[in-house]
Amino acid sequence: MTERTTIAVAMSGGVDSSTVAAMLAHEGGTVVGLTLQLWDQTRLAGKHGIPDAPKAGRCCSLDDVYDARRVAEHLKIPYYVVNQQERFENDVIRPFVAEYLAGRTPIPCSLCNNHLKFDQLLQTARSIGANRIATGHYAVNEFDQKRGRWILKRATDSGKDQTYFLFGLTQEQLAHTLFPLGRMTKPEVREVARQHGLALAEKPDSQEICFIPGGDYKQFLTAYLEEQGERLPETAGELVTASGEVLGRHDGIFNFTVGQRKGLGVSSPSPLYVLQIDPATHRVTVGADEELATLTLRARDLNWISITNLTAPMRVQAKIRHRHEPAWATLEPYGADEIVATFDEAQRAVTPGQSAVFYDGDEVVGGGWIV
Amino acid sequence: MKRVYMDANATTPILPEVMEAMRPYWMESFGNASSIHLDGQKAHTAVDSARATLAEFFNCHEAEVVFNSGGTEGDNTAIFGLLHPGDHFITTSIEHSAVLRAADRVAQHGVKTTFVAPSASGLINPTDILRALRSETRLISVMLANNETGVLQPVEEIGKIAADTGVFFHIDAVQGAGKVRFDVRRFGCHLCSISAHKMHGPKGTGAMFVRRGTSIEPLLVGGSHERRQRAGTENVPGIVGLAKAAELAMHSLEDGTIDRLAKLRDQLEAGVLQISGTGVNGASEDGKPVLRAANTTNIWFDHVEGEALVIAMDLKGVAVSGGSACHSGATEPSHVLMAMGLDKARARASLRFSLLKTVTEADVDYVLKVVPEAVEHLRAISPVAAGTLG
Repeated sequence: MTERTTIAVAMSGGVDSSTVAAMLAHEGGTVVGLTLQLWDQTRLAGKHGIPDAPKAGRCCSLDDVYDARRVAEHLKIPYYVVNQQERFENDVIRPFVAEYLAGRTPIPCSLCNNHLKFDQLLQTARSIGANRIATGHYAVNEFDQKRGRWILKRATDSGKDQTYFLFGLTQEQLAHTLFPLGRMTKPEVREVARQHGLALAEKPDSQEICFIPGGDYKQFLTAYLEEQGERLPETAGELVTASGEVLGRHDGIFNFTVGQRKGLGVSSPSPLYVLQIDPATHRVTVGADEELATLTLRARDLNWISITNLTAPMRVQAKIRHRHEPAWATLEPYGADEIVATFDEAQRAVTPGQSAVFYDGDEVVGGGWIV
Repeated sequence: MKRVYMDANATTPILPEVMEAMRPYWMESFGNASSIHLDGQKAHTAVDSARATLAEFFNCHEAEVVFNSGGTEGDNTAIFGLLHPGDHFITTSIEHSAVLRAADRVAQHGVKTTFVAPSASGLINPTDILRALRSETRLISVMLANNETGVLQPVEEIGKIAADTGVFFHIDAVQGAGKVRFDVRRFGCHLCSISAHKMHGPKGTGAMFVRRGTSIEPLLVGGSHERRQRAGTENVPGIVGLAKAAELAMHSLEDGTIDRLAKLRDQLEAGVLQISGTGVNGASEDGKPVLRAANTTNIWFDHVEGEALVIAMDLKGVAVSGGSACHSGATEPSHVLMAMGLDKARARASLRFSLLKTVTEADVDYVLKVVPEAVEHLRAISPVAAGTLG
């Protein structure tokens, strides 16, 4: 048996995971390529303005499976596509839709990493005799003897760092996961891809949500609910100011995200932003940019990485969305399973449904979902 | 690593005799069978001779053999070539997608289809076909052997129903050809489709029996090839390969090869069933064994994800299949097993072993070593087994 040395590489058909496969195959261990088939890109194509032909560069498009398969052939490693569409729909799509309908702004990538991807990859890896997985994420994962814990750290290439989406990884998952690109920059990765003769070394990065070709989540919500024989729930309501003045009406709370400026449908001498969405009254509160700033946030469904649990106040840098510069804050436990973060300086657009990830220097302390 | 191929219902390798028979028709006798010169005549003779072999294979007249590109074309031709708006079509829910998707297509043009469901053992009841008949029914299409379970369908009885009621009858015999004795007269069909690559012939070649007097609209039009029933320059090497494969298939049915195949299949099946929590899909009906193609067995394994088992076995050198591959290559639960009433979990936990007629006792022994180990490993780590997943 080869259990000791077999590594399963999660291959998306992009340059990062392909390079990981090439690096590991080159090192000489047994490498098996896996692609999780999560969503059928043709399923809602052409409905409610969703593009007919999904572009390449998103997971689960046929082109990307084709690319992954070609890389595996080039590297002479076994490669399999594993069907996880049903689980993806239950664990990612349905919560994603429910979050928007409840007036929050979900992050499907974190939902997927937390609830599906790593769990399933490890499960599939073990079933084929591999006890570790490797992915193309930009993050560093190291075991710290003193603390006896696996520590997740920011990637060297700060522009590519993906730890924000990985805060939900358990110690068990981290112990069996390799992130070989964590200490590399993107240009270095492309150079390694070229050295290994990978034809896709220059393939552009994918940025959008994998199951929303075209990037319009409202089209997706409408088309998906229609396919399910459901209708968008009636969530039209009033647009109001913080002081309660009614400025107009809106078509549904799912059209909004905190901090949004465009598409409010009201005119005003100074720019207006969404401050708050109330799923109970369907009221959307708008106001000036400076009113978006808040000093605290609450988060739930927490996962701790560098610490076992938060028992006392702790100084951290908190990141509240992917492109947010982490800001100094103090964490405190709040009730049994929530925390409150109090920022040193008020932060703009704290958005329910997004995740808050807490850093101590380069280390990920942990994170949770913003309430 | 030793490799054992047990996915014959997906495709089969060309036999050396087939390769040899085809060899002259790529470079030496490359002519177009429609040309009048010597090169053309050589090709024409080869096609004629192949037609004679296929007529023997089907038990029909040479003029009733139409060469085409394979099973999908045959199935499509029967459905698109016979059905018109307003017609009614009877088929089954366990057919190949070449029939099911063609039925979807004609539905857009006003053809209504009744999909007859099988019993729990995967068998179509001819009475259900009879019940589905209407005055507008023009075509019945039923497969000879099911690709997933190997279950042989009662085509002769359905043929009698078709004859009594004056309805056209097409048999998709792609999985039956080479595995059971073949006689289109006895089957009582008007049309019968076969494919070369399922019986050790080349891919991309097939043939269709079209009973004399059956007026069927061709799918492809152009030249006057195949008595105007299928335009396109004949694939001469392919046709020659198909004929050689058909000839060898007829021998195999006579010389005990298929009986031996059935015995090894039974041996494999009995061995796999030693594992606890397993069973055969399509084994028996009311306690009586169901007739199956000699090479196929479909087995469920409780608390195992079939897709993972296929991958684990592949890495140990054993090629089998679980369900049908969707466009990306991922596995969908088999529509055949679902139609037989299996729940999704059990359909997902089922594997098809389909043996080549060249299978050896050592192959079966090897597979019987690999399967229990793989199943035990998967059950040991499985969240399905632990009851944490559906």
